[in-house]
Parts: sequence; structure tokens; C-alpha cells
Amino acid sequence: MTVADPSTFPGAVAPTRQYRIDSDGLGIAVHEWGDEQHPVLMLGHGGLDFAQTFNGFAPLLAAGGWRVVSWDQRGHGDSEHAFLYSIDADLRDIVNVFEHVAGRNAVPVIGHSKSGVMMINLAESNAFRFSKLVNIDGMPWARPAPDVNEHERSDALAADVKLWLDHRRRTAVRERRPGTIDELAARRNVMNPRLSRDWMRYLVSVGASEHPDGWRWKLDPSLKFGGFGPWRPEWARQKLAGLSVPFLGLLVEHADPLGWGTQPEHIEPWLPRDGHVVRIEGTGHFPHIERPEFVAAMLLDFLGAPA
Amino acid sequence: MTGNTTTVRHNHIDLALHQLQSGSGRPLLLLHGLGERSPDQIPTDVRGWAGPVFALDFTGHGASTLPRAGGYTAEILMADVDAALAHIGPSTVVGRGLGAYIALLISGGRPELVHGAVLTDGGGMAGGSTEPTSITVLTSLGRDTTPDPYALLELGRDLRPPDYASEYAAVAVAGSLAHPAITVTAQFRPSWLEAVVATRGVATAASTAAALAAYAES
Repeated sequence: MTVADPSTFPGAVAPTRQYRIDSDGLGIAVHEWGDEQHPVLMLGHGGLDFAQTFNGFAPLLAAGGWRVVSWDQRGHGDSEHAFLYSIDADLRDIVNVFEHVAGRNAVPVIGHSKSGVMMINLAESNAFRFSKLVNIDGMPWARPAPDVNEHERSDALAADVKLWLDHRRRTAVRERRPGTIDELAARRNVMNPRLSRDWMRYLVSVGASEHPDGWRWKLDPSLKFGGFGPWRPEWARQKLAGLSVPFLGLLVEHADPLGWGTQPEHIEPWLPRDGHVVRIEGTGHFPHIERPEFVAAMLLDFLGAPA
Repeated sequence: MTGNTTTVRHNHIDLALHQLQSGSGRPLLLLHGLGERSPDQIPTDVRGWAGPVFALDFTGHGASTLPRAGGYTAEILMADVDAALAHIGPSTVVGRGLGAYIALLISGGRPELVHGAVLTDGGGMAGGSTEPTSITVLTSLGRDTTPDPYALLELGRDLRPPDYASEYAAVAVAGSLAHPAITVTAQFRPSWLEAVVATRGVATAASTAAALAAYAES
């Protein structure tokens, strides 16, 4: 069997321009596809992802006449690792990217997963920055286990907090675990089980770096999947209802470890004026990777002629 | 600052842990309020404590590291305290305002290491809303001295739903060797603290000195 060259993948195109901006002292990596003179289209990635996971999807949007702008969230991809992480801080970084590429002009925005949630929050309070908003499977609606009793919920919280505190005690000296390209690809496949191993291997080539003892993901080792805190998933819907820009939400058919399992009936009562939601059949949490041409065509139609 | 100061590492942050008093027995750990720093001397209401007394400067406060570009959460400050407890061992904790909220979190997060938490009045007691609010995104606040303006902004408005607070209180009560696990002496009781007081096993006391006297004997 011939093993594909991990540095290439059919349809994947590296960003046309890559640079860093200063976000209040922290370097945030920005990646762009398409002609610099074309209208800006913002494209935000999900948690534990990075901008170049759009290398297959963004070129299709750029071919529609857009200057597609994505960025690595702090601690992700080629952005600097930060001392601290929070949604507030991510939103501040996002605003700094908006200011750099669009000033105070309204532009269309696409957000996947965690970025989808953050963009709902930002659009609710910074409507002037948005002309249209697309959310790709980033519309949480309920706690993962809303019907457990109080005792079980307390036990779960105690376990989560202990695990996280143990993790924090190790982060001062921790590095990402090294491995071969195949090993890193296999690890990531656990979180992205529906995506092909060749795609995972390609992601290693752009999202990891090579060291004497092997490849390591660039992601800050202090960042961890899952978590706890006062935030409630259902709060995202409350802000969704108040949005003032045309809104398109994409949901998916299949549950995924990184998804919320949200279905249209969970969201439809909360849709804003000029909002609608569509379920993409046959995909999991990454419809733009599983069916890039189909999703890109749908979004280009929603966005209309670049302007 | 008088006494000895030790640096405790939490991720890439150097935390200043001040020892205000030496002694034998269980340590007492003081947690300051929002925008404050550790006191130079032992506060009057804890002077009766016989064991060693420590005070921690939270991230972005006092002599601890000033991080770039914010990102504060109460949970990160809980991990600051966990780093201090890893250094000094099981302790009784007294928190003022924001520090009271952090004392609550760590008493639930590490019930085996917190032998009683006393929640007292102080800056940052209220926190933010109990529900989501429209987010004001402010940039370019950075300064080169503590307290960090981002800490004041972000920790002054962090969400504190009452049921989130009471979950920590319940875990602390279930897991702590101290009885009561938590004692509230604060007069100002925002909804998160009312929920803590209403949790079975949480006590109130007329003063911090009275609460500490009870913990000293247990």
C-alpha cells in the first residue's frame, strides 16, 4: 500500500498570506486565502483546532471572490501560547483581528464550533461588525447530562475539578507528547473519528512541529479538552434570539466527541429574525471537511455576491 | 512586605507566597480581595492563630507575575491556591471578597487539603451577573504594574450562578475533614453566597476570629 505524502491532501491549499498581529502583547497568527483586494470574509475555528484545518474549505470560499481571513486562537496553531485563557480573552483577540482586517466595517463571519458560540456572543454586543453570520455546529443547547440528580452532579463536578487541578500542577513542565506523524494522526482521530487518517496526517504536517524526539502538536499543553465552569450551554441560545443580522445555522446528522448533538428543533424557537437552520445529512461535527464543496456552495449562496 | 516570601510556580506564573508568621501546627492561608495584595502584617482578626500564617498574591496581583493580554477566571485563581497548598500542605483558608469566592472553589476542589474555609467581606465579593450579559470587549488595557487592569475587569464581572457556588459548597461539606467545612462571616451576601449559606453543613459566625477559634480546636 502506498502511504500518501502527509504534506499534501487533495484540494488542500496553504494560506496565501500568513502574518502575526499584536493582540495586547500577544502574537495572534492570521492566515488568509484569496485576493487581498477582495471583500473580507472572517472564518473562525473551533476549540483545539487551528486555522489551517480550513486548508480544504477556505480555498473554495476564496474562489467565490472572498478574501478569507482566519486566525489561530491564542495557544493554538501558530499563535503565541498565553499565560491565561478565557472566552473574554479570545473575544478580545478576535476584535483585534477584526480591527486589523476590516476596521469598523461590517463583514460576513463564519464560525465553527467554539468560534460559532463566540461569534453569537460577539454579534449580540458588537452587531456593527457583522453583515451576516454563519454558525457551523456551534449552537449548544443543554448540559450533556441535564437529568442527573444533584448528588451525581456534585460528584461529577468534584471529579472534573480534581482532574483539572492535577493537570494544572503539571503544566509548568509539561510538553505535548512527541510521536511519529502516524501516532499524532491516530491520537487526533479519537476526537475526530469521522475524518480520514490521510487528512489527519496532513493536519500533523501543518499543525505540529518536528523536534529531535518526534512531532508535537503546536497546541499549548496547558489547554485541555473538556472542562467546567459557571457557563451554561443553553445561554448561547438566549443570545442567538437577539441577533440583528441574517443568520444561517448548520447542524449535523451524526454525534461527534467535539459536538453538542444539537438538532434543529432545539434551535428553531430561538432563531432570530432573518435566521434559519439547516441540518447537513451524512456528516458529523466537521461538515465543512466531510463535504467541503457542498457546504461551500451553500454558504456562498447565503453570503451572496462579495461586496 | 515583612517576613519571608517564596515563589510558587503555577503554569508559567510565579506566585508570591508570603509567610507572615511562623509557628507549629496547621497553616493558615490568607486570600486577598479584588485589586488588593497580601497584607504586610497579620490582620487583627487572625492574630490568634497559633500556627504559621501565609498570604498568597493571586496571578496579576501584588508581587506575582503580571501576565500579558489577560484571560483571568476564578477557576485559574483556584489553581493558584492549589499550587500554594501543594507547597504548604493542608491548611485553613480565609478569603476576603474575591478571595472568599476562591476559598469556596478550592474548598470544593481540594476538600482534603482545606481544613475549613472562612468567607469574609472584601473587594470583589459580588462578582458579575448570575446570568449571561452582553459582553463589553475592551482592548489595550495592558499596564506594566499590578494589579493587572484585565484582572480588575475580568474578575470583577465573572459569572457566579448560585447553583454553581452551592455545588462547590456541597462537595466541600461531603469531602472535608473539618466541620463545618465552610464558615461565612461576611455581612454582604450576594446571591452566590446566600446559596452557599443555605447549603446543609455550612455555618455562619459573628466574626473571623470566632470562626478561626473553632477551626484551631478541630
